[in-house]
Amino acid sequence: MMSRAILRVVEAGPLCSVQDGGRAGLMRFGVPGSGAMDRVALALANHAVGALPGAAAVEVSLGGMMLEVEEGALTLAVAGGGFVVEAAGERCGSWQRFTLREGDRLAIRRGPWGAWCCLAFAGRLEVEPWLGSAATHALSGLGGGQVTVGRRLVVQGARVLPPGPIACPVWARPRGEVAVVIGPQERFFGADRVEVLLGATFRLTDAYDRMGVRLRGPSLAPEAALAIPSEPVLRGAIQVAGDGVPAVLLADHQTTGGYPKIATLVGSELDGFAQLRPHAAVAFRAVRPDQAVAMARMRAAALARIMGR
Amino acid sequence: MRVFPRIVPVADRAVLIELGGAVGPEVQAQVWALDRALRDDPVAGQVELVPAMVNLMLVFDPLVTDHAAVRAGVEGRVAALAEAVVDGAEREVLVCYDAPYAPDLTAVAEQAGLSSEAVIAAHLAGEYRVAMYGFAPGYAYLSGVAEAIRLPRKAAPVRGVAAGSVIIAGGQCLVTTLTMPTGWWVIGRSRTRILTGDEGRPFLFDVGDRVRFRRVTAAEMEGGA
Repeated sequence: MMSRAILRVVEAGPLCSVQDGGRAGLMRFGVPGSGAMDRVALALANHAVGALPGAAAVEVSLGGMMLEVEEGALTLAVAGGGFVVEAAGERCGSWQRFTLREGDRLAIRRGPWGAWCCLAFAGRLEVEPWLGSAATHALSGLGGGQVTVGRRLVVQGARVLPPGPIACPVWARPRGEVAVVIGPQERFFGADRVEVLLGATFRLTDAYDRMGVRLRGPSLAPEAALAIPSEPVLRGAIQVAGDGVPAVLLADHQTTGGYPKIATLVGSELDGFAQLRPHAAVAFRAVRPDQAVAMARMRAAALARIMGR
Repeated sequence: MRVFPRIVPVADRAVLIELGGAVGPEVQAQVWALDRALRDDPVAGQVELVPAMVNLMLVFDPLVTDHAAVRAGVEGRVAALAEAVVDGAEREVLVCYDAPYAPDLTAVAEQAGLSSEAVIAAHLAGEYRVAMYGFAPGYAYLSGVAEAIRLPRKAAPVRGVAAGSVIIAGGQCLVTTLTMPTGWWVIGRSRTRILTGDEGRPFLFDVGDRVRFRRVTAAEMEGGA
């Protein structure tokens, strides 16, 4: 029987939003891919409730969230990070599937590890897509939108499934050492700067949102004050401002920019990197482009094995 | 040794194709021509193309192809690139230079040593091309601002500049799509939507398009005529 469930947002921290697998192909119009910060978490949460890996879900930040079911009953899944989850009075953690009924509350709070989790719904989250995707672009608010107090989340075709745990792969943990491909603008930096990037330990700072995160560590200042023409930017780029401070650009990054990029995170490292919290330590390890491609293929194969495809 | 095109790998899934070192009409024309060639005849596994001022990025699916195969495909298309220039479609943008929509018009006039009407005339006379998008959805950087009204950015950005503002800095002009802070000079307001809301063509411009501004009065601006 097709049915509907409605959940009201009782509490929501900043940066909670509707996300999905993202919108590809529109960077030429200034539109980044957006989508979940941790795409593995999104795929596994959706998989646990029988949804497509890139289906619309709610991404929860360290600020946490509380929902109350106003109508209906449905099964939900939380994957990503080590959040503390309390579902209808039962305390569990991320990586669980559970059912809520009318009047039940769900609380998701920061736990021992991780920075983002995804809340997926057995059913279809009713959202207004923008350019073919429900992913929310934080700066403009376009897409499925921020999830703020008072908002009602409507799930069509809500279903109830048996509860149970979701296996958390080891590579879904935060990554304190991430693989990068040097470049594409490393020529603006002295060789010693690349050595510093690869030899030093950096820390994430509180200047962290869905667009990117500034790092703290030794200066990576380019050789000269630069006025390079604005260039296209890829998610995962480590760009260095004139003051030598590096930043890693994330899901809602600007699509072009005039700061040189000393290195770029391999795509399969982005999910684990996003699970690092502000003040966490991170080190960078260089791989060749062909090794980076091999990493992408290994990750895709590992995910496919879990999803049984 | 020929330096360009320089094809640089980016992470596991892109190459940056650099066609020149400094911004200029010839390099820009090559970027647009290669963008067109790769759109008409994509390399295997091509996911998207992001053209900018002197280069374009080709994002690919690493499950389907790799940097070496993409590089070979791009080199073939560069070699076959005709001299033909990309003409670009012509787009019209309405602009109102009247108060309260042009808060910086007087300051621009003063710094340029022109009357406000002369600034408007210079702005309307510009031959604009869509150089690239960036910053936020629909932020299209137009090249071609007349020398006479080229000014550096303000010392500090101004907050809350309305969506639809027509702003200039240096040789560039853009029509904003979001209410945001900006250090550019606000010389008018447009009700022409760059984010069209039309599913079939969601963005008014493509890179390489020609843009003409047409002046409207405040009454026309507000009346929706």
